[in-house]
Amino acid sequence: MRVAIVTFPGSNCDYDLYKCIQLIGGAPEFRWHRDVELGEVDVVMLPGGFSYGDYLRAGAIATMSPIMDAVKDFAKAGGPIVGVCNGFQILCESGLLPGALLRNRSLLFASRDVLLRVENTSSIFTQEYEAGQILRMPIAHAEGNYHADEETLHRLEGEGRVLFRYTDAEGKAVDSANPNGSARSIAGILNEAGNVMGMMPHPERAVEPILGSEDGLGLFTALLSRFSPLETA
Amino acid sequence: MKRFRLEIRVTPRPGLLDPEGKAIQNALHSLDYERVLEVRVGKLLYLDVEAASKGEALDGAEAMCRRLLANPVTEDFEIDVQEATEETVPA
Repeated sequence: MRVAIVTFPGSNCDYDLYKCIQLIGGAPEFRWHRDVELGEVDVVMLPGGFSYGDYLRAGAIATMSPIMDAVKDFAKAGGPIVGVCNGFQILCESGLLPGALLRNRSLLFASRDVLLRVENTSSIFTQEYEAGQILRMPIAHAEGNYHADEETLHRLEGEGRVLFRYTDAEGKAVDSANPNGSARSIAGILNEAGNVMGMMPHPERAVEPILGSEDGLGLFTALLSRFSPLETA
Repeated sequence: MKRFRLEIRVTPRPGLLDPEGKAIQNALHSLDYERVLEVRVGKLLYLDVEAASKGEALDGAEAMCRRLLANPVTEDFEIDVQEATEETVPA
């Protein structure tokens, strides 16, 4: 599985993703925001960070990067795309995912572990998890408050496109377990075609025991299972 | 071609939770400004552009707002335009 990890000025989780892909036996490759081609890759990942200093709106300026035309073409062709944290914000800003990520309800930067409930296990990203499984992984963001109009939220839920929700240890999506005020406690979503996903929590920072959790691994191994580890596309 | 000064106000949609506005409102209340009923926080952008007419400057600004300056999911925008010179200082 060849994975293109796109680095924007201000990305800071690109190496986390790189190490994570190496760890599971995939072949990560960096792409710079000024590149105009992705090359022969199986998966594209947009990392966390603060691209362009979060100027204007988190993720907004990154959507104008030259590489984004190639990312949009890749999405249109059905290629799998994962956006984590700032990557999720960029996918929403670019229109590849619906909705927007607003300032956290608390106005504070939230950096801690959260619990997530797996809502949909049929997506190519979540097929290795069990329905209702509770995952622990970190969040680190100030703009993670997922917002979309009622109609969009209704569609996302009706079509099984909510992948993860913030919950308590019992799997209840209570308000006190919602770290940022996200609508319906939504932590991660899928696009209509099922090949583009974005989430605020960091699965790539929960892949080894020393990190305190390995619950993020399933997302990456699920993708790996679709491609031979050493396949060079 | 003339120079125009665009004043673009980008504001959170009515009804949308604005935690920053809420925090400022609470701070004002703590200063005993109890009669502040609501605070909304937006952005103010000044752009100087070249255009043949006011209308053209305005059309360009609207396109810029739709494509980048405002998020259509969460924000509204208003634009004022006036003729300007290099010496025109931001209001």
